[in-house]
Amino acid sequence: MKFLRNIIDRMKPAFEKGGRFGFLHSTFEAFESFVFVPNTTSKSGVHIHDSNDLKRTMTTVIVALLPALLFGMWNIGYQRHLAFGEAMTGWEMFIFGFLKVLPIIVVSYVVGLGIEFTAAQIRKHEVNEGFLVTGMLIPLIMPVDCPLWMVGLATAFAVIIGKEVFGGTGMNIFNPALLARAFIFFAYPSHISGGKVWIAGMKDTSAIDAVTGATPLAHATAGEMDKLPSAYDMFFGFIPGSIGETSTLAILIGALILIYTGVASWKIMLSCVGGALATGFVLNIIGGNPYMHLSPFYHLLMGGFAFGTVFMATDPVTGAQTATGKWIYGFLTGMFTILIRVFNQGYPEGMMLAILFMNAFAPLIDHYVVTANIRKRMKRGLRKAVQ
Amino acid sequence: MSKVIKIRRGLDISLKGIAEKVLSKTAKVASYAVKPVDFPHLVPKLVVREGDAVLAGAPLFVDKYNPEVRYASPVSGTVAAIVRGDKRRLLEVVVTPADEQQYLQHPVADLAACSCEQVISLMLESGVWPFLKQRPFGIVAHPADCPKAIFISGFDTAPLAPDIDYVLTGEGEAFQKGIDVLRKLCDKIYLGLNNQLAAISIFRKTKGVETNTFIGPHPAGNVGVQIYHISPLNKGEKVWTIEPQHIVSLGRLFLKGIYDVSKVIALVGSEVKKPRYYRMIAGAAVSCVEEHIIKTNHPRYVSGNVLTGANIGANGHLGFYDNLLTVIPEGDKYEFLGWLNPLRLHRYSVSRSSLSWIFPRKEYTLDTNINGGVRAFVVNGEYEKVLPMDIYPVYLLKAILASDIDKMEQLGIYEVLEEDLALCEFVCTSKIPVQQILRKGIGEIYEELKIRN
Repeated sequence: MKFLRNIIDRMKPAFEKGGRFGFLHSTFEAFESFVFVPNTTSKSGVHIHDSNDLKRTMTTVIVALLPALLFGMWNIGYQRHLAFGEAMTGWEMFIFGFLKVLPIIVVSYVVGLGIEFTAAQIRKHEVNEGFLVTGMLIPLIMPVDCPLWMVGLATAFAVIIGKEVFGGTGMNIFNPALLARAFIFFAYPSHISGGKVWIAGMKDTSAIDAVTGATPLAHATAGEMDKLPSAYDMFFGFIPGSIGETSTLAILIGALILIYTGVASWKIMLSCVGGALATGFVLNIIGGNPYMHLSPFYHLLMGGFAFGTVFMATDPVTGAQTATGKWIYGFLTGMFTILIRVFNQGYPEGMMLAILFMNAFAPLIDHYVVTANIRKRMKRGLRKAVQ
Repeated sequence: MSKVIKIRRGLDISLKGIAEKVLSKTAKVASYAVKPVDFPHLVPKLVVREGDAVLAGAPLFVDKYNPEVRYASPVSGTVAAIVRGDKRRLLEVVVTPADEQQYLQHPVADLAACSCEQVISLMLESGVWPFLKQRPFGIVAHPADCPKAIFISGFDTAPLAPDIDYVLTGEGEAFQKGIDVLRKLCDKIYLGLNNQLAAISIFRKTKGVETNTFIGPHPAGNVGVQIYHISPLNKGEKVWTIEPQHIVSLGRLFLKGIYDVSKVIALVGSEVKKPRYYRMIAGAAVSCVEEHIIKTNHPRYVSGNVLTGANIGANGHLGFYDNLLTVIPEGDKYEFLGWLNPLRLHRYSVSRSSLSWIFPRKEYTLDTNINGGVRAFVVNGEYEKVLPMDIYPVYLLKAILASDIDKMEQLGIYEVLEEDLALCEFVCTSKIPVQQILRKGIGEIYEELKIRN
């Protein structure tokens, strides 16, 4: 690796301030630190540091996303096979899906990283790693037939309006990946809802009416409880849906990785599930329509609930920051998901809106938790003063 | 009332090079220094010039705003250099020792007959006063103040820290005398101990103090954490803290009438051939232990522990309050795709994101590389796991970055010093300079209160 290091060292002066390519300093720095962990030593404070850094943390999330991604690719081929009756082997299904998903991933990363690099350059900051995860989350929550230009546009919107205007990774209020989905949802609703977009190629063929490509959520919203797939199918993910969200099992594997490595908060995941179950049971008791009678456990398997709980609600930047706040935030996210799903027929996927809604409220929750801490401290001081 | 307090949150970092319990002698010490930078927010006023002859205990500089607080020369000899830094800031007053040590002799007072004022005036005059540190702010105590209590931590949990119990062996008489002196200043004295005290420990015989036992990982041995669990600091309150070895020096002053700051220093770290204890005088040049250092890995000399100490270089001098010298390798090397490599078994991490947790090592050799780049706050909940206080560190740091003094007070800045948040800086994924930010906040409040008074 000496050879590579020598090349970088030779190129470095040109990219320093005042060098010929000084204006590309952040870009150069990003690539250099990608290849080599920098030789920066501590200047103040502690002399030793934990070996974990943001690149590593983000990579862990990507690893946790892999099961959902790989299964999603296979499932695209499988759903195509079910809908069109094309004969495919397991590998052919995977390759079919891979070729469908790859362009979406490429578009998401190229657009997003392009903007990140430009923004870092303008601010003269180091390039942040946040988009490594966002760039993978965006394809996973898109329908497979989403036009590429739309993915690109949504990514640009999410990164610029959702993140960079607030100051970049760590400063944003809303989860950028969900913002990208919300953008398409409100700007081009026909491309992200309905029964035609979830199976590759279905939109273009009006021929097959026998098979419906509707997701379980769509069936449930329409009150067609008899058409819901079996819990078994939903758990393993043999159902139509966004690319990465169908298999609860694959997402659970990701959840285990995140919890075990300590990267994502188990408190949020647990309380989110708790909130959904509690709301579901309450609705069961009230009753009224078939959807309200649906077992709450079905809610955990349908749509993006599992994916949102594990990968979106736990975003450390946009979620609640305090331990107590995390319990409240997770519970309310689960609760609102079920309420939106059941009571708002216009938005079958409640998870996206519930998380974005709670993103907006997370700072408020934290504010009250921190205020309680402050009040405790003030009271202690007053008690002392009285004595 | 003795209490047993269990500390759950924290982290013990196990490093290579802990000192063996053997007391050795150093080579001849070339010079000694007193460094005004060891005393936060001190504005020093020199009272000697280069070339002046001084006795051990004679003042080198005083506090410009409280000239009665003197900072004394640890040895007798000649003032060799007055080292200044940027903007002529006074960094070091260096003294070359004479062959024969001569002390400035003070009358040996009968402590029982002394009034509080007499004790204070002798302490000020002899130069031992700066032993007393005040919280909040971590500054040298103000002689006119009356503290709520004096706190002493009888053990150190920091990485590679010396065993204070061992260090004080044979100093029982002076230690008790020092405690008696402190009781003249304040009748509430708390001594924090851990549960691994040796049967012959001098702490067992110490009278006139209230002992509490703390069990748990670092920072359980930090006096700030102990204060928090016994009697947390509120706004307007002041407590004083003092190191056990300084209590011994204080006792010697009242036993023999001299300023004797000789103490036992632990020489530790992975770059030390045989880590062990050395008897030295405070402020000694570290070049006296040079022969024990492995020089192949570009060593860094840290006066103090690796979490809070100062990088003093191979030609530096020990800090005033420090009881150990840690030598670790500089990490000024690049690591190819280091962040991607899942194995990195030689690196330590509290998170399990690299696989080093599968093969935990008993002792790690860590270098000074920060292992990444500085980022904004992204990951949350990390700091709380290593801070055993009911404080929201990230909110506190953000209040400091915003210079919001009211918020800093409300979030508990008076209860912490840099050492208490040092572990937060160690575990930080975003490599945020926590201690530097905290000191900035403490400094702002200190200046603000000074103006108001």
